[in-house]
Amino acid sequence: MSDVRPRIRLPRSARAGEVVQVRTLVTHPMETGNRRDTDGTAIARQIINRFTCEYAGKVVIDAKLGISVSANPYFEFDVKVEESADFVFTWYDDDGSVYTQTESFELS
Amino acid sequence: MITRRETLTAAIGAAAFMALPISARASAVEASIASFTGGAQISDGGVTLIAPEIAENGESVPVEVDAPGATEILILATGNPTPEVVRVGFGDASGASRLSTRLRLGETQEVVALARMADGSILRGVAEVRVPIGGCGG
Repeated sequence: MSDVRPRIRLPRSARAGEVVQVRTLVTHPMETGNRRDTDGTAIARQIINRFTCEYAGKVVIDAKLGISVSANPYFEFDVKVEESADFVFTWYDDDGSVYTQTESFELS
Repeated sequence: MITRRETLTAAIGAAAFMALPISARASAVEASIASFTGGAQISDGGVTLIAPEIAENGESVPVEVDAPGATEILILATGNPTPEVVRVGFGDASGASRLSTRLRLGETQEVVALARMADGSILRGVAEVRVPIGGCGG
């Protein structure tokens, strides 16, 4: 899919050892597979089925998603930051596509 | 003219028709819970589940689960045809066993959060959400 856009919000600054909040959203219809189009043809399921966040090479969260997650899946969670390092966010689509976004993070 | 007997028969028929999907849902919920707990006993408390009492829009219902010390969380929409919403594992870089997300809810129902603690025990939080307008595409 071409219109899949990740949006990430990280705090501007944080001190070592601080727990910070991360907010993520990816634009995606999360088609459930239960809907029909106007001709009555079933619309195939296509969802983001997995989302992961890593920081400094370590797992923050690893989420397995079902069809009851809203369109444009949104997640907010907490990370303990110990160093200036990259965040890597990855979304896995039913169609095999993998969307990755990397954000560098600097300690203040 | 509709007789009382016909009305009654229709009502029983409708009840029988409705009963099937509800029991199918109940077994889907039980199967999800069993696969998460592995048969371990579930205790109430220790999980904070924040959800609106009335969902403005069933397509997108904000839910927050906070389960201090949990290694994994499962969120279930017990009234949806596919109840398992999201299953989240917390890794080494996690700062808290907390997750906020948005759910689709097809009708008024209980949302359940199960948390697996580090010692293997399972805790549960429940919130009832009223859904005037459902979120499963009609």
